[in-house]
Amino acid sequence: MIRDITIGQYYQTKSVIHDLDPRVKLMGTLVFIISLFLGKNVWLYLGATAFLAMVIGLSRVPLKFIIKGLRAVVVLILFSTVFNLFLTEGEVVLTIWKLQITKEGIYTAAFMVVRLMYLIVGSSLMTFTTTPNHLTDGLEKGLGFLKIIKVPVHEIAMMMSIALRFIPILIEETDKIMKAQMARGADFDNGGLIKKAKAMVPILVPLIISAFRRANELAMAMEARCYHGSEGRTKMKPLKYKKNDYIAYIVMFAYLAGMIAIKVLRPGMI
Amino acid sequence: MSLIVDKINYTYEIGTGFERHALKDVSLAIEDGEFVGLIGHTGSGKSTLIQHFNGLVKATSGTIYYNGQDIYDKDYNMKDLRSKVGLVFQYPEHQLFETDIFKDVCFGPKNLGLSKKDVELRAFEALRMVGIPEELFYQSPFDLSGGQKRRVAIAGVLAMKPEVLILDEPTAGLDPKGRDEILDCVKKLHEEMGITVILVSHSMEDVANYVDRIIVMNDGVLTYDDTPKNIFTHYRELEAIGLAAPQVTYIMNDLKQAGINVDTTAITVEEAKESVLRAVRKGM
Amino acid sequence: MGIVKTENLTFEYIRRDENDNVEGINTAVDNVSVEFKEGEFIAILGHNGSGKSTFAKHINALVMPTEGSVWVDGMDTKDDDKVLDIRQTAGMVFQNPDNQIICTLVEEEVGFGPENIGVPTEEIWERVAKSLEAVGMTKFRNASPNKLSGGQKQRVAIAGIVAMKPKCIILDEPTAMLDPSGRKEVIRVLHELNEKEHVTVVLITHYMEEVIDADRVFVMDAGKVVMEGTPRQIFTEVERLKSLRLDVPQVTELAYELKKAGLSIPSGILMKEELTASLLKLV
Repeated sequence: MIRDITIGQYYQTKSVIHDLDPRVKLMGTLVFIISLFLGKNVWLYLGATAFLAMVIGLSRVPLKFIIKGLRAVVVLILFSTVFNLFLTEGEVVLTIWKLQITKEGIYTAAFMVVRLMYLIVGSSLMTFTTTPNHLTDGLEKGLGFLKIIKVPVHEIAMMMSIALRFIPILIEETDKIMKAQMARGADFDNGGLIKKAKAMVPILVPLIISAFRRANELAMAMEARCYHGSEGRTKMKPLKYKKNDYIAYIVMFAYLAGMIAIKVLRPGMI
Repeated sequence: MSLIVDKINYTYEIGTGFERHALKDVSLAIEDGEFVGLIGHTGSGKSTLIQHFNGLVKATSGTIYYNGQDIYDKDYNMKDLRSKVGLVFQYPEHQLFETDIFKDVCFGPKNLGLSKKDVELRAFEALRMVGIPEELFYQSPFDLSGGQKRRVAIAGVLAMKPEVLILDEPTAGLDPKGRDEILDCVKKLHEEMGITVILVSHSMEDVANYVDRIIVMNDGVLTYDDTPKNIFTHYRELEAIGLAAPQVTYIMNDLKQAGINVDTTAITVEEAKESVLRAVRKGM
Repeated sequence: MGIVKTENLTFEYIRRDENDNVEGINTAVDNVSVEFKEGEFIAILGHNGSGKSTFAKHINALVMPTEGSVWVDGMDTKDDDKVLDIRQTAGMVFQNPDNQIICTLVEEEVGFGPENIGVPTEEIWERVAKSLEAVGMTKFRNASPNKLSGGQKQRVAIAGIVAMKPKCIILDEPTAMLDPSGRKEVIRVLHELNEKEHVTVVLITHYMEEVIDADRVFVMDAGKVVMEGTPRQIFTEVERLKSLRLDVPQVTELAYELKKAGLSIPSGILMKEELTASLLKLV
């Protein structure tokens, strides 16, 4: 059920992508997202597809696993498809009852689906190949300049990393609580919206209480291990750029430059 | 009236590459009024198995019959099954949610659609049966001690008047006295109400004193299904699967090997004492 | 002075009702004066709510005494400047393995403590490797803690403390949520640390089998230390332990019952071999 969600998970394996500096991967994700919004153009999308395929190939994360992550957002994708398909004005190709499908609608819907899927796959590739700790290290160092304007970068990064660690635990706990209440005859499937909302109370109360208890105990355990913020803290895995990281930067900016070139040279849809 | 499990299999995460067989060809029958211990180490499949008994988890293949009816039948009333086969999960913290104890115990019977009067009557009875004093009824369940929380959780299921009561490691984390109190309470329910009890545990010592029959699970397979005395004669095999017989079994076997003629099937301290006394007095 | 010393340690907290009115004052720890020597294996027994956990948290400076004092390796826990030193000297492992693991990778988790106390990067790696080796978890260094069993998680938590090179480890019911094999793993690791690394171990538990090999046992009830002695001395008093909501291993109980029934066997038997030997003398 809920456990099927793979977005945000780390997929453990050894690959070139896994070994990259998290700052490179953060920048790479950003570059990829920007490239997706350059425009609706088949050539642009072919370029993005090639880039994505290359990264997936290098990451050695099985395609099956990546696609499984998409299942969680299938509703969102369908929703946007339907909207774009029927609500875009233009040259009518098909009429079903009062709804019209236009040529422009089909193009827009297709682009939107691809864009959404690529957005999700692209950003989840980052989490698949980067441990949350590494990721927050990357954020902490990459955004370190914000410290000058008193943004508590380290604290935010630490909170994110803890949140990521506890997501699977809380998901599993939700599952257990649901089962415990179902064993007492609770019904989560039937009834109207209000009844369904009410049925959530027996799940949410134990879950929230447990989350607070966990937070409390975790804070104590961190204190007991001498945690006192970023001051005087050293790193077990300090971030240092390696040769591959520089190569990756070059590849990604070459990609972006190429995409912009396509955009300039081929302004139309095709 | 009984629970029959016919060759059930359960496989996790089919088609993801992480497939795991949690249950393999498990068959068993539990008769009315039995007191059964279900033993296995963590990950042996025992928790998955009991969740099949009340339909929370559906077997990948195989069938379960409750009172002669196939619970996987399309028209079968699953909600009814869940009230007949009551399942109390390990941590009471996973089910307590109301502002006071009494309301919390009312949750189960209320879900059965009973009248307010009946609901309250059942809650009252259930709390009394597990030995929660009336002055605690209107306290928050979160202020209770570990042992009391467990009792309230058990009452929450008892209030649905189940015919079978399944308890998943009800004594985990309790101190020795708290453990004895909970198990005595369950024993009383079994004796006084004639309720069928399935006690899940990873401790042989805990269940040896209470149950008439032990089912041992290992790696998703039902390995033994017999009386405690017979099961504990296999103590070496039990060790190989990460379990152990009660310490007295080992003591009696040691004594026997040392040449003292004691009964090696003694499974409680009381029985062991009698047997040793007999042997020693005869020797003197 | 011993590695841990308390003098008239008392901890009180105020109970309030829903409207924040004071309902009463609870005394969780009541006038406890003990001293643990370096290298000892100490067990603290007590039923749930006997004050043993609150007592333990004092040693790690997580809780401050209402009255009396606690010294860790000569440092007063009330001394604010010493808090980090105290926590480094006397590390603490908690009951719930899930709620004390911070990182998503075993080796990073073990490195968390050393990072906090500013150990240089290279030395962190050495310490992590050594600590994982000490608890037998090297094989899992690149695993996610979520995939480990309860016993393995607790061993990682212990490694996380060991990596800070403490002189003393306090464990607050580390086995309460584990199954029997997990419990055995953890206790075995603790004895190894105690013997090989000469780390002082303070084990808080309510499982009697776990204290048999301890050097000294303290039994707490209602915040007070009510019994103190070697395991053998403690287990001689079967009835007293039962009245304190505890029990004794089956072999001790059997020996006790046989003695009560008139057989002449010594009191405080802890091992089945001892029972066999003393019974053989009778037949």
